[in-house]
Amino acid sequence: MEGNTPKNTSDHVLDVRNLNVRIKVPAGTLHAVTDVDFHVDRGETLCIVGESGCGKSITSLAVMGLLPRSATMTADKLTLEGRDLLSVTDRQFADLRGDRIGMIFQDPMTSLNPVYTIGNQMEEVYIRHGKGGRKEARERAIYLLEKVGITAAASRLGQYPHQLSGGLRQRVMIAMTLMCDPALVIADEPTTALDVTIQAQILNLLKELQDEFHMGLIFITHDLGVVARIADRVAVMYAGLVVETGNAEQVFSAPMHPYTQGLLECIPIPGKTVRGSQLGSIPGIVPALIGEQEGCLFRNRCSYAREACTDGEIDLETGGDQHGYRCVLTPEETVNHIKKAPNAAVAE
Amino acid sequence: MTEQTQTPTSQYVLECRDVSRTFMIGRGPFTEKRPLRAVQDISLQVRRGEVLAVVGESGCGKTTLAKMLLGLLEPTAGDILYEGVPISSVDRRDVARRIQPVFQDPYSSLNPRKTLAQIISLPLDVHKIGTPAERKARVEEIMELVGLPRRLLYSYPSQLSGGQRQRVAIARALAMKPEILVCDEPTSALDVSVQAQILNLLQELRDELNLTYVFISHNLAVVEHMSTRVAVMYLGRLIEFGMADQVFDHPRHPYTQALLDSVLTPEPQYSLPNIAMGRGFPNPLNPPSGCAFHPRCPHATELCQWAQPQPLAADGGTVECHLHSDPDAMAKSPRINEQKASAA
Repeated sequence: MEGNTPKNTSDHVLDVRNLNVRIKVPAGTLHAVTDVDFHVDRGETLCIVGESGCGKSITSLAVMGLLPRSATMTADKLTLEGRDLLSVTDRQFADLRGDRIGMIFQDPMTSLNPVYTIGNQMEEVYIRHGKGGRKEARERAIYLLEKVGITAAASRLGQYPHQLSGGLRQRVMIAMTLMCDPALVIADEPTTALDVTIQAQILNLLKELQDEFHMGLIFITHDLGVVARIADRVAVMYAGLVVETGNAEQVFSAPMHPYTQGLLECIPIPGKTVRGSQLGSIPGIVPALIGEQEGCLFRNRCSYAREACTDGEIDLETGGDQHGYRCVLTPEETVNHIKKAPNAAVAE
Repeated sequence: MTEQTQTPTSQYVLECRDVSRTFMIGRGPFTEKRPLRAVQDISLQVRRGEVLAVVGESGCGKTTLAKMLLGLLEPTAGDILYEGVPISSVDRRDVARRIQPVFQDPYSSLNPRKTLAQIISLPLDVHKIGTPAERKARVEEIMELVGLPRRLLYSYPSQLSGGQRQRVAIARALAMKPEILVCDEPTSALDVSVQAQILNLLQELRDELNLTYVFISHNLAVVEHMSTRVAVMYLGRLIEFGMADQVFDHPRHPYTQALLDSVLTPEPQYSLPNIAMGRGFPNPLNPPSGCAFHPRCPHATELCQWAQPQPLAADGGTVECHLHSDPDAMAKSPRINEQKASAA
């Protein structure tokens, strides 16, 4: 249970290189995640954003060691605080989860156990990971509940999840995640089930807690609005690949990949988009990821598609400024395309 | 339901007059049932061709209102008028002919064991409209209208993507050539790129068929984009109602303001909004006294704790807030939420 304090050479909390996840399905092999690279530092927020089926949740499950049995994972590197996660056993992984890696899921009603009290569930994490006894666990639970803005924390410990509102449940979930002071927190759509006013509060809370506890945060969401406001760095995923990565400013103000551009045009922005006007949209649907894939997987939906898109592998080009994108277009071409009408450059 | 004198030609296609709906909620067989006022005294009007958006947090009564507009629930008080005629006095079938729903989740609102042709023609079958051949022609016509290829005619919903399923749901709603569509969160189960396609489709259909929409959503960016009139609900009450431009550009109720502030747009130059709303949504079985919003309102005073604000008509809409109806009394009354706001 101990041994989680080795001094690592790199200062990345999590370092992932060339992550691939393949899932066996009746129809063949599903290429769920392909060649994904990312890293998270302490105190940093990485947002993984994409539509359903893009592989963002599978990526997070791979990092947490929670992939289904039918899935196989390969990676060149997968380290948490310098510790190699590729070689740990299932048992050791279970010790890391809840201790070094915390998880916050979408729906706090289903991720909290309805038959145990809040206190019971929070204390269990602490005791299970050998951090101390019941008394210390209780004190830490009260301390953290107060931290997440829950009043009368001591009395809340005796309550059951159904007695709390959705926002409160998510606060409890966050407090529980922090019981063992994790180095990395993975939040998978943590605010999607909440009302907008509560969403802003929970996001603010996560930011404050991150400043205080200094953990790395991987935030998985489909909501570009949330990403723009909280991310230090962004990875846009499409069809199992990271198609664009960079800091929030780069990705949102100067998107280079046609998919990112298309997504941003789909969202009406109050004050900017003319009310009632035609929104941009991405025609077509996500390709089936079964079997070997060739070329750019976005080409069938892309208005800039050309011959070069159909074959070979397109690398994630990262310039010196860490803004990378997986597209055959050169930056100059992309910029010119943005200025022109989007459909002006369909392939010959 | 009292007999209503009928206005021969109403300028509104849909109108609510002091509509309320109360549910009696019991905790068990031997406890007394308590009233839950899901919708209270709502009055609003929609003109033909408009998009009325109903916004508010979960539990504010928007879905109950939608069900009443569809004629699926009867109001416990007040009247819903369709072209000036109370819905309660019209045959259920006629209501269904004019007003049709589109639901949130196209994964659960379509029967998985029926083909698209069966799903879309079901309303025609129920109302015994046309011969089988005519129905089939109508189904094909609508499928084309909503952008579904004809080859999907005999497919099952499980073979379709989320966006296609929502198109089927829209097609089914349009089969009867209704005048009003009640869309309850029509895009919240869909991906961003698909959401845009469906919103564009709804806009096109509205222009083409001169439809009127009641659009229920919690996504304010979408609402602002789609709507021409907005009804903001809080705990069963209509706290602000007006034209979209008015409500979005000059919100008057503090709750509307807070809702607008909490919209997160993909603009990284802005940080997270700090919404000092303190506590969460109150329990509708035990609503706060006075103005229901007062425990969360940054402007609340002692007056708000005991006095229910009355709707104030202004600029073609209404607002229910003491700040606007009794500005003098509000200025004199001591504030109550200042400490709370900073503590939260």
